[in-house]
Amino acid sequence: MTDSSTVAKSADQAVVRSRRLRTAFAALGMLPVLVLLAVGFQFINPRFLTGTNLLIVSQQSSINIVLAAGMTFVILTGGIDLSVGSILAASAMVAVLVSLVPDWGMLGIPAAILLGLGFGVINGLLVAYIKLPPFIVTLGSLTAVRGVARLLGEDTTVFNSDLPFDFIGNGSLFGIPWLVIIALTVVVLSWLVLKRTVLGTWIYAVGGNAEAARLTGIKVPLVLLFVYGVSGLLAGLGGVMSAARLYAANGLQLGQSYELDAIAAVILGGTSFVGGVGSIWGTLIGGLIIAVLSNGLILAGVSDIWQYIIKGLVIIVAVALDRYRLQAGART
Amino acid sequence: MSAAAHVEAPQRPVLEMRHISKTFGPVRALQDVSLTVNAGELHALMGENGAGKSTLMKVLSGAYRPDAGGEILIDGTPVATGDPIKARAQGIAVIYQELSLAPNLTVAQNIFLGNEPRRFGIVDRDQCNRRAREIIERLGVSFSARALVSSLSLGERQLVEIARALSTSARIIVMDEPTTSLTSRETDRLFEVIATLKAQGIAIIYISHRMEEVYQLADRVSVLRDSGYVGTLERADLNASRLVSMMVGRDLSAFYKKDHRPPDSQRRVALSVRGMSDGGLLKDCSFDLHHGEVLALAGLVGSGRTELARLIFGADRRSGGTLELDGKPIAIASPREALEAGIAYLTEDRKELGLFLDMSIADNINMGVLAKDARAGGFRDFAAADRRAAKAIADLSIRARSAQANAGSLSGGNQQKVLLARLLETEPKVVILDEPTRGVDVGAKSEIYRLIDSLAGRGIAILMISSELPEVIGVADRVLVMRDGAIAGEVTASEGRPLRQEEIMELATGAAQEGPTR
Repeated sequence: MTDSSTVAKSADQAVVRSRRLRTAFAALGMLPVLVLLAVGFQFINPRFLTGTNLLIVSQQSSINIVLAAGMTFVILTGGIDLSVGSILAASAMVAVLVSLVPDWGMLGIPAAILLGLGFGVINGLLVAYIKLPPFIVTLGSLTAVRGVARLLGEDTTVFNSDLPFDFIGNGSLFGIPWLVIIALTVVVLSWLVLKRTVLGTWIYAVGGNAEAARLTGIKVPLVLLFVYGVSGLLAGLGGVMSAARLYAANGLQLGQSYELDAIAAVILGGTSFVGGVGSIWGTLIGGLIIAVLSNGLILAGVSDIWQYIIKGLVIIVAVALDRYRLQAGART
Repeated sequence: MSAAAHVEAPQRPVLEMRHISKTFGPVRALQDVSLTVNAGELHALMGENGAGKSTLMKVLSGAYRPDAGGEILIDGTPVATGDPIKARAQGIAVIYQELSLAPNLTVAQNIFLGNEPRRFGIVDRDQCNRRAREIIERLGVSFSARALVSSLSLGERQLVEIARALSTSARIIVMDEPTTSLTSRETDRLFEVIATLKAQGIAIIYISHRMEEVYQLADRVSVLRDSGYVGTLERADLNASRLVSMMVGRDLSAFYKKDHRPPDSQRRVALSVRGMSDGGLLKDCSFDLHHGEVLALAGLVGSGRTELARLIFGADRRSGGTLELDGKPIAIASPREALEAGIAYLTEDRKELGLFLDMSIADNINMGVLAKDARAGGFRDFAAADRRAAKAIADLSIRARSAQANAGSLSGGNQQKVLLARLLETEPKVVILDEPTRGVDVGAKSEIYRLIDSLAGRGIAILMISSELPEVIGVADRVLVMRDGAIAGEVTASEGRPLRQEEIMELATGAAQEGPTR
């Protein structure tokens, strides 16, 4: 008995280890792509791997990573949130507008975040309780919230050259930009929620099998409301970060097609589009790949038009390679 | 019927599989299996889940290439392995459990999908329909070649699959659990078609867990166990105990268990169901379920058994009816409320409605009690989860490499035990089991029966839906029979008069009501 239980225990540990390795492998599956890209760009332009440039890359990726973290929650439940770019624009407008209020300018931060949360909760209510398809709900709010963003500034660009929270966009702590600190904090908190809380396990369960989750007594609508709320809230935070970086916001242009970059980061990170499988670390790497590509192509002197074409192809090829690798590694 | 179906086949091997082994990394899925199938015979392939049947069939169909040393001969000539397209060309067709038809195309289009007859490079629709009609007539069935597949029943769709196999001149047809989702009438028709195929010299490899079918159909039965070949029985030598002991490698003297039921006098009503209706199929269903009792809910497929169970569990909306648990009225509007009240439900469709296949066994077992175990701030208590999982795995003898392995990696029987473990963690007073042994191998079946018996012994009230009458008779204390969404009657055992299958069937089919039985 003791014999077999020790054997079972060591088998257990072996499986846990191989499982961890596999998840790490799945999550970090895109890491080689990231490294290859970096090395390649370094060859083309030796300025790429310098401290200054890497700092720029990490700053440029930070807003997308925040949006992509929210998107990871949503896609893990098998949903999609197309409205994050528009929510970011509306929140950035509110952040700048409120920052103009004398003495109360710092309130721009919570105001923007709450607005984002509000839009996210509306998305969530429509998906969870009216049971509309997420694609359609968030396609609608993509357009409607874009309109709200333009309405907020009467379709003009709003400025605040004396933004009280401009340190977020342009300051740093111990040499690390605040944007990067915020993005990493969001990633770590997301990991905590997803992997260490009951709610996180429910999110995976709902994405893996929503009907089974309901029959197990999980409050599926509440889980859905939560993920769309988080996505909205993080889009609001993204709005704050954008506003703080630019000292300005424009309802028409800001955040256009940000949702696509966020989705690309999540998918590059190995999260399954049907839900239930994926990790926030993968999303982090996916976000970095996108940032490295943009930055590296600029440094390589590639024209704007070709940047689009190359970025698109890299996303497709990277995911195709990933699928191929997973299939090859899959057991029967 | 069975005598007529059993045509004396000429002893000419059409298929020989020799020394087939298959390893996946360290896992040995098949070990030196040889199998000979004669033309015009129905060769049943039996074994517990995970014994290697599916792998062997995938080697046959070319989905897997066997390890070196294995060979496949058709008409005595070695053929290429590991190539699905060549395998089909050589006359091998597999009809899988999960049907693979395009619902929005016609029967004829499906039959010739990917293999359309052409004229001048364009699909020749007339020829397509005509040849489809010929094949359908050959099967002796009655639907039109132009009917949309979506308008056909599951049983008819299966016949379309068989027609598709015939369209490629298949000479060896593999059927994997073909009757799982068929009604008894559809099953009868399938058996007639099988007899027709055999008469045309087609060999059939038939995978099934259902003994009765195998008795009725098989010319020979081969048994696999633990990835290896155990033996082949001729029709004349078939008997249940021998087959079962070949499959599980041990004697199952007491297969069904009824040892631990409390005596009748102690029984109190646990769940009282009154006037359950769903505004559609279900009409005014009422019954009482007692503590320590196994009450079977029998009836034909489509009679409303699952619907009634889901209504009680709060999974679907009801239009009328009340529930009382231990004498107190309870309102249940969702599965969560049912679970909180102490009513648990095991779904009949474990993959679609039960398991989280990409999550660990431990997570699957703990899914219903995560909130109960949670620490402050909603953080998970992984130690508690591991404890529960380890205990459940030991108690239910779930065979897994580890509690952290994916639930999807388990065999059917072990998946079912994982679901049972999850259900038991919620400490229910009333347990509703919907086809608890469907698609489960013999060994796991007997373990599930033992578990049901011990749960009843602990005073838990059990409502068991089952389509297998021997199981109903063997396990239940009392049987409710449903027909057309209503409770048609009750069958009880009394001193010296056990439950009888005939009585249940009469109620289920309405034969008792409508006059003389056939």
